[in-house]
Amino acid sequence: MELLYAMTTGVLTACGLYLMLRGRTFPVVVGLTLLSYAVNLFLFSMGGLTTDGPAIVSEENGYADPLPQALVLTAIVIGFAMTAFVVILAMRARSEVGNDHVDGKKEDRE
Amino acid sequence: MTLLWIALLPLLGVLVPVLTAQRGRRFCSMATAVLPATALVMTLLNVPALLDGEQLRFSATWMPELALDLAFRLDGLTLLFNLLILGIGLLIILYAHYYLAKDEPFGRFYAFLMLFMASMVGISMSDNLILLWLFWELTSLSSFLLIGFWSHQSDARKGARMALTVTGAGGLALLAGLLLLGDMAGSFNMGDVLASGDAILADPRYPVMLVLVLLGAFTKSAQFPFHFWLPHAMAAPTPVSAYLHSATMVKAGIFLMARLHPAIAGSELWSVVVSLVGIVTMLYGAWFALVKTDLKGILAFSTVSHLGLITVLLGIGSPMAILAALFHILNHATFKAALFMSAGIIDHEAGTRELKQLGGLKKAMPVTALLTTLAAAAMAGVPLFNGFLSKEMFFTESLETPVLGGISWLLPALAALGGILSVAYSLRLVHAVFFKPAREAPPKSPHEPPHLMRLPVEILVVLCVVVGLFPALMATGLLSLASQAVIGSPLDFHLAIWHGVNLPLIMSLLAFVVGIALYWRHADMRRFTQQFAGVDARRVFERILISIGYRAEQAIGALEGNSLQRYVGWLWLAALIMGAIGLVQMGNLTGSAGNQPLDGVLILGAGMLMFGGVATAATHRYRLISLLMLSVVGLFVALTFARFSAPDLALTQLSVEVVTMILLMLALFFLPQKTPRESSPLRNVRDMLLAGSLGLVIASLNYAVLTRDTLSISNFFVENSKSGGGGYNVVNVILVDFRGFDTLGEITVLAIAGLAIFKLLNRLRLFMPHSDGEGRVWSPDRYPAVLTSISMTLLPLALLVSAFIFLRGHNQPGGGFIAGLITAVALILLYMARGVEWAQARLDFPFQPVAVIGVAVATLTGLGSWLFGHPFLTSAFGYFSLPLIGTFELATALLFDLGVYLAVVGATLMILANLGKVTTAHRPVTEASEKETDANAATPSAQEPR
Repeated sequence: MELLYAMTTGVLTACGLYLMLRGRTFPVVVGLTLLSYAVNLFLFSMGGLTTDGPAIVSEENGYADPLPQALVLTAIVIGFAMTAFVVILAMRARSEVGNDHVDGKKEDRE
Repeated sequence: MTLLWIALLPLLGVLVPVLTAQRGRRFCSMATAVLPATALVMTLLNVPALLDGEQLRFSATWMPELALDLAFRLDGLTLLFNLLILGIGLLIILYAHYYLAKDEPFGRFYAFLMLFMASMVGISMSDNLILLWLFWELTSLSSFLLIGFWSHQSDARKGARMALTVTGAGGLALLAGLLLLGDMAGSFNMGDVLASGDAILADPRYPVMLVLVLLGAFTKSAQFPFHFWLPHAMAAPTPVSAYLHSATMVKAGIFLMARLHPAIAGSELWSVVVSLVGIVTMLYGAWFALVKTDLKGILAFSTVSHLGLITVLLGIGSPMAILAALFHILNHATFKAALFMSAGIIDHEAGTRELKQLGGLKKAMPVTALLTTLAAAAMAGVPLFNGFLSKEMFFTESLETPVLGGISWLLPALAALGGILSVAYSLRLVHAVFFKPAREAPPKSPHEPPHLMRLPVEILVVLCVVVGLFPALMATGLLSLASQAVIGSPLDFHLAIWHGVNLPLIMSLLAFVVGIALYWRHADMRRFTQQFAGVDARRVFERILISIGYRAEQAIGALEGNSLQRYVGWLWLAALIMGAIGLVQMGNLTGSAGNQPLDGVLILGAGMLMFGGVATAATHRYRLISLLMLSVVGLFVALTFARFSAPDLALTQLSVEVVTMILLMLALFFLPQKTPRESSPLRNVRDMLLAGSLGLVIASLNYAVLTRDTLSISNFFVENSKSGGGGYNVVNVILVDFRGFDTLGEITVLAIAGLAIFKLLNRLRLFMPHSDGEGRVWSPDRYPAVLTSISMTLLPLALLVSAFIFLRGHNQPGGGFIAGLITAVALILLYMARGVEWAQARLDFPFQPVAVIGVAVATLTGLGSWLFGHPFLTSAFGYFSLPLIGTFELATALLFDLGVYLAVVGATLMILANLGKVTTAHRPVTEASEKETDANAATPSAQEPR
């Protein structure tokens, strides 16, 4: 299970990174979102993978580590805010520059 | 304690002119003079104690971890410099009172001047190396302000910048040198450093330290080859030149060499470097003083020359040479300040400083002519003036020193040459301005200045003459104190005008005869020098600066070339290398904790995640499809969280997924629907390799961590969640209680991001397509009935669910973040189903305040705990019971969570609703830009995106 989880994180990371190397804004934003999924999964797994043990205090033993969860929870929300900011920036850049190339140069290289 | 006051009074004096500038110039000048005068008197009051051999020190700990103490000392050397700085400073205040034009901001000028004075006094009094350096830098900064005082003149700006660059760079070298020095001496206390000269000389780092410290001293004291800033600093108002560039700041480097003399001077390296640099500077400066035609230029180069002379003496380093150096510091400050002020008077009254336009001023300004002639005589070293005495001593020392080994005979020869040049340029200065008939008329008809403006010059010239006539009476006391501070033991010496006919006297005579002859043949010499194309130091300096900037730009261009792709590529490559290095060093990838068993659901989930990721990347040119694939990934990430015991995360991810998709769909409406094929196959392969390898590294890392036992600090949270935070849901308690401060920061970021987006959308001009990527026109059915009715039914339900999730968050999965997102999604659904117009009519308020209020509520909750004497964000909770409902819990954490909830709702709606409104009449515009945007709007009619 650990191996499969790590592979998934790796594949998502690779796809996100590949998209971030593209030359147009939208794939870069999509890549960023994909990368943030991968990062969140990675961070989340730092507390180990626990089945059936949500971090709710009860009589039973064996909780999942709550700290990575708390960190990832805020990371998800902040990640959304950042994605939103970047995508609006991309829209603004397109309206100012006239194309959606990531380098923000005036001449359209299409 | 008086020591502290002597150092602090000039610093307090910075405020005086600022506060009194309103009261008129006379009042302001007088008030400004009070504090430095007091400091001067206090310095003098300490003289008896000094004569008794008392150690005058003040020390208070300031920043012990930086070895920085607020430590001051008052010894003979400090006394000499304090007298110069404060005494001449007072004269300069008087002089500037008359010098500055009526409409010039004299308050600001005085404030800069006082700041400079305070930092010079600080250098002179510092008993701690770091403190000394701080004041050293302060002189660089304040002299920058003073040189650039006439900031409307390009010359002044460039001169100020050059002075700051050179002295600032030297200051950095000095800092490095002083840190080394302190490390070698084992202390940053001046007394300890001076006492550990032997240990310092024996240290292998000595040469490095010496070069760094000398770099600082040479740049500050305008020694060759760093002299070039000084003539350009002459763009400053003349009081500044007289003060900074003759009497004080340029002496700071000399002071430093004298101050540290016991600690660092005892080596051959010191003698050779310092005396050679000094002698070159002396001759170079003297030569240029002879050929310059600008009055202040002549004085500037002669200053360079005299500083070189003092440096030679410090390089020779014998006790009598030190004495001569100190004496010449004093003498040079008096006659050169007098000459600068005279030059200022001539400039002020005649309107020019060009020798060509000056001449025959003797008739118009007889008194000034007399004063200038006397001061110039002192500079030339005419007998019965103070300059003669120290120059004789210089000649004597140059004859006796063995500093250059076998070619030491060269030193007196070069010294005599310096003497010749100095006689020639002094003669030229006086003769060309006052006696020779003018070739061109000056712009103004010259006349004598107001008497008080001349007073400082008179005082200084009288000093020159009196010291020259009665050296033993006037200077012995001060010099014996000062030399004792440098040498360490009392020095037996006798200052006298007449030593009998000896070699130094013959050298002086020779200097006069040849110097006068040289000036007589001055025209020939000018013709000779004119054959050589002059090098303008400023132009060279600026060319160097520009070429550095250009090279840097080129290097950056070659590396990333303003291309985000290349930049990101380098970043990934660096991350790849670092990660790979870490992995290689790890012995075994699989740790001790084994694999947990797999099951079908897990394999399906992982498969879907991988498929979604690859599909997103593969279809990225078809943006809508790529987006759909992305949402598959997002949903399965949420399921992953749910599978691995993180219900809060699953809920959050699910709701964020919804808003992210709406956001990206909206954005896609305004962006091209397809990505053109532009990367070459080679580039695609390269990118895939890079991303793939980095993915492998991440996967390996993740696997390595997952198969190892973790050591978590979370037990604390689990154990204290109920007892300390009053909640069963540990994740939520961490968010709103244990790590509440983090959360506060994060919702603040969220609100700021929302506000930033709001500003970005402001006046956004957009291209609005009327059809999709394939040319299909948008569906005419803008508000489908099914969606409309479902959304209407869903709204109250969704709000109810969000309230429920919010309230139970402390004990069960849920909380402010999730509840906020659910509310936001429900409202957004309404916008989508019924359109902006409809929603706007019912939800007519801006969302910005909601987000801000949210952050405010959370902050105030935190602040509230202060009222009860607890630290920021301490939470309290209690159990209450009501009839019918039963026992329930109330915690301040709930209030904090309410803040989180509001911030999330406000920020999310600010982003999405405003983006949706961009195409409508409700788009975000500021009032000022409203008209313009209305005019520019492509289609004002509502063209709703879906």
